[in-house]
Amino acid sequence: MTIAQFLVLSAALFSIGIYGVLVRRNAVLVLLSVELMLAAVNINFVAFGRYFADATAGGQMFALFIITVAAAEVGIGLAIVLLIFRNRASANIDELDVLKW
Amino acid sequence: MVTAALLGPAVLAAIDGAVERSDGGVLAAGAWLIVLVPFVAALAITLFGKRLPRHGAELAVAAVGFVALYGTALLLTTLFGDGIVHEGAVKIGEFGGFEIEWAWVVDGLSIMMFFVVGVVSTACFVYAVGYLEGDVRPTAFFASFTLFAGAMLMLVSAANLIQLLIGWELVGVSSYLLIGHYWEQKENSSAGMKAFLVNKIADIGLMIGIIIAGITVGSFTISKIMEKVVESDAALDDVAVIIAVLLFIGAMGKSAQFPFHVWLPDAMAGPTPVSALMHAATMVTAGVYLVARMFPLFEEMAHEALDVALVIGAITLVIAGLLAIVQDDIKRVLAYSTLSQLGYMVAALGAGAYTAGLFHLFTHAFFKSLLFLGAGSVIHAVHSNNMSDMGGLRKDMPRTFWTFMIGSAALAGLPIFSGFFSKDEILAAFREGDHTIVFLLGVATAFITALYMTRAISLTFFGRYKGDGHPHESPSIMVYPMIGLAGAAATAGFINIPGLTDWFYKLVTTRLVPAELLGEHATSFDWTALGLGVLAGVAGIALGYRLYYPDAATQQERDRLYIPGLWPVLENKYYIDDLYMNGIVNPIKGPVARFINWTNSYIIDFVVNVVGFATRSLGWVVYSGIDQRGIDLAINEAGAATGFAGSKLRYIQTGKVQQYAAALFGGAIVLVIGFWISVT
Amino acid sequence: MDLSIAQNWFFIIIALAMVMASLIVVTTRNVMHAALMLVGALAGSAALFVLLGAEFVAGVIVLVYIGAIIVLFLFGVMITRVEIGRSQSLDHERKWPAAVIAIGTFAVLAGSSVAFFGDEEIEGVAAVRTSDIGTAIFERFVVPFEVVSFVLLAALIGGIVLARRDDPES
Repeated sequence: MTIAQFLVLSAALFSIGIYGVLVRRNAVLVLLSVELMLAAVNINFVAFGRYFADATAGGQMFALFIITVAAAEVGIGLAIVLLIFRNRASANIDELDVLKW
Repeated sequence: MVTAALLGPAVLAAIDGAVERSDGGVLAAGAWLIVLVPFVAALAITLFGKRLPRHGAELAVAAVGFVALYGTALLLTTLFGDGIVHEGAVKIGEFGGFEIEWAWVVDGLSIMMFFVVGVVSTACFVYAVGYLEGDVRPTAFFASFTLFAGAMLMLVSAANLIQLLIGWELVGVSSYLLIGHYWEQKENSSAGMKAFLVNKIADIGLMIGIIIAGITVGSFTISKIMEKVVESDAALDDVAVIIAVLLFIGAMGKSAQFPFHVWLPDAMAGPTPVSALMHAATMVTAGVYLVARMFPLFEEMAHEALDVALVIGAITLVIAGLLAIVQDDIKRVLAYSTLSQLGYMVAALGAGAYTAGLFHLFTHAFFKSLLFLGAGSVIHAVHSNNMSDMGGLRKDMPRTFWTFMIGSAALAGLPIFSGFFSKDEILAAFREGDHTIVFLLGVATAFITALYMTRAISLTFFGRYKGDGHPHESPSIMVYPMIGLAGAAATAGFINIPGLTDWFYKLVTTRLVPAELLGEHATSFDWTALGLGVLAGVAGIALGYRLYYPDAATQQERDRLYIPGLWPVLENKYYIDDLYMNGIVNPIKGPVARFINWTNSYIIDFVVNVVGFATRSLGWVVYSGIDQRGIDLAINEAGAATGFAGSKLRYIQTGKVQQYAAALFGGAIVLVIGFWISVT
Repeated sequence: MDLSIAQNWFFIIIALAMVMASLIVVTTRNVMHAALMLVGALAGSAALFVLLGAEFVAGVIVLVYIGAIIVLFLFGVMITRVEIGRSQSLDHERKWPAAVIAIGTFAVLAGSSVAFFGDEEIEGVAAVRTSDIGTAIFERFVVPFEVVSFVLLAALIGGIVLARRDDPES
């Protein structure tokens, strides 16, 4: 197994995630795409951890931390989506353009 | 001082010089059963309780009965033998450098606690069988109740601080379950939550203290920490004050010391047997126990923390005593009285009187649980907590009356009853340590104590009955525990009469640490303290008798003692609850959020508006300057072009997050490609 | 890539499945399918972790992601009443700028990793056991571990604060 094959796979997943983030209108689907990007990063970390043969399993540790943070992110993210939905009766993020001008 | 490198009786003898101690043999080695049996019983009640004929009560009583027997056996063995000091441990695993073990310590202090917890629990449990007759959830109650006792035993048997913390938190959790037992009413579940949260805030102090102690010493085992104390270890000495103060903050929460005392009166929402056990043997004594367990650390290295304890204890004992005078709910009178007595214990420890503080804990456990059981018996009969619904019960409930009288006599410190000896020893200790103010406060509180107990007895048992229905004596299963406790409350003081008996002193100083680190035991009565204490008690009874006897039927008569200015403050509990509600809870709920909103709509918007206005004015100045001076058309055109570009470019700010994200990633790609080109 | 090694065949199968699943996640018109396909992609990453000898991380992925986070998403889908069947309005009208950016990112990332690492092999080290992870957490990474626990606590409180309805009467 080469290191590059994992990195290329991770790059593919990451790019697909970016596509999803940019193209989806529904906030829940955007969050799903963000999860894809995080999964890609996890693969990178574990593969690099293996490649550098880190004795304290640093790569895996970071993957674990990312999973934890991702859980927090989903919790907060969905809460925000829920709140927006309650206020606007819609979960489409392109209707949320109060940040302009 | 001999360097104690290993633990055990041999080293102990070397430290102590003369005293030989036994390791307790089979009895001490099997002491883990004391902790395990209640936990197993709690589990069994949860699983099978509903199918048993008495809904699990029989298992609960059997479990605490076993603990009481075991505790008594240990007590007798250590009193009539060499004194047991034993530490057993089962290693569970290793966490980094720290070993995790379940360890139990069997020494005089923990044996005393085993005995108290076991005996008082047995009385309360047997009583609860009668009290809870026909309750909605007896199984849940007895499971939590057994867990409560088990958690306390876990706490007192702990040989290391982590295990102590586990027991400590379990006590908190099970108290939450018990206080909120009748959760159908919102106040009850709120009271449970209040107890839990107030305790939790204090527990943070305890937790940090334990972590600092563990890291400094390299071990969480209490005897290892004590070894460092004996060796006067420099590293520990540096942080000892911090550790001691943090541990004491934890103790303040569990022992309900000012300003954490607010939870205890509300904890009355639970069934009365819970109040009895919570106020006497478990939960509130945990803080006192913790300070006693770590006493050498306080005494040798952190005297400042003891001063803190003295002040806090003194404040608590007075303010709680005053509050007890104005209460109408009989359980609240007793609750504030508990606070006040805990103040005595903490202040005694703070004054360096280790034995006196623990002795008061010991006697208080018996008479206060007795008083609570008596109050429960009355409440059971009249179906009301308020003394304005009682009165004249002396005729209807003679056995409750007489046991309640014994408990009150012990609490008021009348001679030969148990409270007399322990309170006297504490007052003597205040005098010994030249804490004149605290001593006077202690005497004043003895007066107040006698006053409010006389008031409670007059309103409850004398005069005429003001409630509904026809009250009658409680069933035997509730009365017999009270009679047993009355016997203990009357006689428990005899085991520590200065100059005559010193069994209790010997018991609680039977520890791994040398006895000289554990304070001294008075060898004779301090006649001044004793005289003043008794005088204050008698005066309190006399005043109470004068004011409240015979019983008053109307509110005006009940309020015959009314001091303007002070009474409203007392009736509002010094506004401390209001302070917490208005000062901490509500600001977080409302104003902070409103403040942020205000900041957003006024300050930030204001800044934005000012910037916008300034920009617009500047543009106007430039424009009119150009216009008025009639400068070149080219410059005019350039200005117009800039304005035009700005008016178009602002559409880039679409407010659509995804377009921003696209710009972000696109920009990243451009940067990487640019970097690549520049390096190759 | 040496196709004579069995592991590489596993890798190719898993990788293709993952890419397919992720493409469905970002293109499907059915929200439920998107969430379920994300499960597939994450399960693939768990399989890759097993291949890399990271069993504990694989287990955590299965438990936390597939077990908990996806369920949360399904709740989110149901609460916000996205049309659960096929739906037209899930995407923007114009997709090509997003596609360009995504392909560009892939080209940059993949190109640079291949250019830098070439075909360097991952050393055949023994699998990392869970006990080693535990030791690492509580020795070297104990501070980040505590910090992360605070992050979770903050998220917990934040989630409650954000999502609860404020009753006007209370």
